[in-house]
Amino acid sequence: MKRFVGLVVGVFAICAIVLADNALLINGAGATFPYPIYSKWFDVYHTNNPNFQFNYQSVGSGAGIKQVTEGTVDFGATDGPMNDDQLKAFQEKHNGTGILHFPTVLGAAVPTYNIQGVSTPLNFTPDALAGIFLGKVTKWNDPAIASVNKGVNLPAADILVVHRSDGSGTSYIWTDYLSKVSDEWKTKVGKGTSVNWPTGIGGKGNEGVTGSIKTTPNTIGYVELIYAVQNNIPYGTVKNSAGNFVKADLASVTAAAAGAAKSMPDDFRVSITDAPGKNAYPISSFTWLLIPQKFQDAGKRDAIKGFLKWMLNDGQNSVEALSYAKLPKEVVEKEKKAIDSIQ
Amino acid sequence: MSNGRLHWRKFVSNFMLAMTGVCAFVSVLVLFFILGYLVFNGGTSINWDFFTKLPKPVGEAGGGMANAIIGSGRILLLASLMGVPIGFLGGIYLAEFSGKGMASVVRYAADLLNGVPSIVIGIFAYSLVVLPFKHFSAYAGAFALGMMMIPITLRSTEEFLKSVPRMLREGAMALGASKWKTIATVIVPAAYRGIMTAILLALARVAGETAPLLFTAFGNRFESHGWSQPTATLPVMIYTYAVSPYDDWHRQAWAAGLVLLGLVLIINIMARTILSRGIAVPRS
Amino acid sequence: MATSTTALKGAGPVSGSRSFFMKLRDGDEIARLVTLLFATTVVLITVALVWELWVNSALPRQKFGFHFFVTSVWDPIMDQYGALPFIYGTMVTSVVALLIAVPLGIGAAIFLAELAPPRISDTLQFFIDLLAAVPSVIYGLLGVFIVVPLMRTVIYPALNKPFGYLPIFKGPSYGVGFLTAGIVLAIMVIPYIISVSREVLLSVPRDQREAALALGSTRWESTWKVVVPFAKSGIMGSIFLALARALGETMAVTMVIGNTPKIAASLFAPGYSIAAVIANEFTEATGDLYLQSLIALGLVLFLLTFILNGLARILIVVTTQKGSEVGG
Repeated sequence: MKRFVGLVVGVFAICAIVLADNALLINGAGATFPYPIYSKWFDVYHTNNPNFQFNYQSVGSGAGIKQVTEGTVDFGATDGPMNDDQLKAFQEKHNGTGILHFPTVLGAAVPTYNIQGVSTPLNFTPDALAGIFLGKVTKWNDPAIASVNKGVNLPAADILVVHRSDGSGTSYIWTDYLSKVSDEWKTKVGKGTSVNWPTGIGGKGNEGVTGSIKTTPNTIGYVELIYAVQNNIPYGTVKNSAGNFVKADLASVTAAAAGAAKSMPDDFRVSITDAPGKNAYPISSFTWLLIPQKFQDAGKRDAIKGFLKWMLNDGQNSVEALSYAKLPKEVVEKEKKAIDSIQ
Repeated sequence: MSNGRLHWRKFVSNFMLAMTGVCAFVSVLVLFFILGYLVFNGGTSINWDFFTKLPKPVGEAGGGMANAIIGSGRILLLASLMGVPIGFLGGIYLAEFSGKGMASVVRYAADLLNGVPSIVIGIFAYSLVVLPFKHFSAYAGAFALGMMMIPITLRSTEEFLKSVPRMLREGAMALGASKWKTIATVIVPAAYRGIMTAILLALARVAGETAPLLFTAFGNRFESHGWSQPTATLPVMIYTYAVSPYDDWHRQAWAAGLVLLGLVLIINIMARTILSRGIAVPRS
Repeated sequence: MATSTTALKGAGPVSGSRSFFMKLRDGDEIARLVTLLFATTVVLITVALVWELWVNSALPRQKFGFHFFVTSVWDPIMDQYGALPFIYGTMVTSVVALLIAVPLGIGAAIFLAELAPPRISDTLQFFIDLLAAVPSVIYGLLGVFIVVPLMRTVIYPALNKPFGYLPIFKGPSYGVGFLTAGIVLAIMVIPYIISVSREVLLSVPRDQREAALALGSTRWESTWKVVVPFAKSGIMGSIFLALARALGETMAVTMVIGNTPKIAASLFAPGYSIAAVIANEFTEATGDLYLQSLIALGLVLFLLTFILNGLARILIVVTTQKGSEVGG
């Protein structure tokens, strides 16, 4: 018995010694949309600054907003900006201090699919997308899809819709777009991080949706561009407000943000879906880090400010390799000024 | 009774009994199938990197689960330190000191706690430990798992203590030992094997639990230090990697599954062999 | 025992009249108090858990009342929450699991209790106990990579082509869904049915079997018509235990059920269970009504498993007592 107790104490002691470390751990949680670039950034930043460990958990924008409001994580991340009620709730929980949105990258939500025999990019009209997700367009060879995809052999198979099961900023972007282009969607379902989906199965995170589409035939879903690219699944073009079928890439996403860059509000909350512009990709979006305005811990505050500054300078250089678009210059300048307001 | 009917009844009898044999072997076969599949898929992925490296950024191949393995170990250790003393000492109370009323209340509470679905325990731990302290932590996870260990430890301690022969007790008392001395130096050591078994079985049960850790230990890209930081754990990593689309993550999920299952099975086998070699206990 | 009490007030030969602090000097009393403290902790934890669940689910009780259980809308935007899709999903997957596991489990238990020689019976039981120890997430892992593709490529075509007109086999298959979750759950609960049923069958007194055989029944007839009915309540108990386990299963189900809060007749349709929705949405439920609705679901699940476990225990005890009373 004594030997056993001694063993336990010994193990504890070893744990304490081996794991004693001086690095400061900063916890964040939120969107899966930018997870590939965030995990890359935090990895590189840690290599350059071994004293700081940014632990980011990709749990969905909804959870990011909730946990940063509860104070269980130091910062959050979301692709669906916090609405006024959520901002108020944060202030109430934090003695009146507010929370700031910092755009990090521009990304795109793409319609991705898995149809046997079809590997070319399909064209989708706004009506087709709304119809599919409303459950009204049920077969792949429906005229709504076939009429703009002449020459493609679409099967007479059922369309299986995959959406998000968790609270998701990517869902917010998608439903925001659908609400703008379809009145029926707007009244029936609305926009948000968690909506009452008329049809389809739920996958957890961008990762889960991609996984479902990759393994299940005749599915369609929406994921951030890099997930489709990294996993080699085809994604379609979407008809924008100017009438052109545009594929999501660096140029079209940047074009979508051009208008917003000039008229960016001070709190950085803006929607760029269905943006005007000949070559704009209609389902683009900023994604934001949610940083509380006041920090109790000066060490964490300085670490976060340092990271934000790095992110706006060097960090932006690595985003294009992962198919995210850089922030427009005007937005970067505005953000640099806003960093100073973090206390 | 006609011969034909008798033959038919005999045929039915042999057939049905054979079917039951099939049922039994199919059930056992499932276990070996699971093990085999994990070994086949996970065995090739287990390498030195898996045990020593941290996870890599999303989409990049390689990396390992060192932080999750250590995280699981630390949380299980703390969970045992929280749950076992409560169960053990509570069991001593039930077996040695309590009156009938209090005993049935405690037993009832323990049975209730035992039946609580693990996700509900997670909710409880979140409201009690994560929210007030405002961070996800290893000790929140350990609290959730520790609570799940209590009922098994409590009931088994009581059972094994009660089964110690009266002669031993009376002998100690005849020699002038006080009650607590008798318990500490004679009865508990006599029931030691059974109690160790129960603790090991409780540990094996919570080692594989994922749901309570989802909102308590959360997850950590790095190694966690101290007990108040979010911690990566093996079951949660398996879950996250399995539902992802990356083949490399799938590979690692198989490897982690093999490690976890191996750990759980080894603890179980150890516990059961200790018990079968120890002092015989009446079947409950 | 060496305390001298004669010089102190209130001291007497019987411990009942000794003062509290006198008792404290005696190691026994300390031991009793310390262990009592820990035993009470167990009760306190359980009470705290039930209390937290009850108090933190007050909002949906106030707002929806009984309608919470019969509404099938789950809409975080409109703040409308109904528990029906989750109760439905939990029930359907558990029923499917039992339909598969009960015949297999009872069959295996009969084999182990009646036919197999003791050593083989014990060895097989050992392996079955190990099967019960496999963690849920591992079943989920196997479910995602083996059962889901199997469902899509083998089981769905086999059932849908010939029987697709039946409502339960209608419609397309994603691979995930009620049936997939039911199959995975079945594998998880078989060990419970086998081990408890085997125990109760073993406790049936020998006279029962021998009397039947003496009257000319075949081996199977004596088992099926005499022994099993005798152990009926215990076997029912094992089924309740298995059901309680199936209801509370979280990880394996959430990985293969499809995460869709909808009620559908088809077994191939995706659905949701109480435990799965809590696991997926708890950390992100913004808004008190949303969060408390999830906790209310947790309370429902807790009550269901509590009742089932209680019933199971009673049934099993009744059977084993009957066995020891009647003869044997």
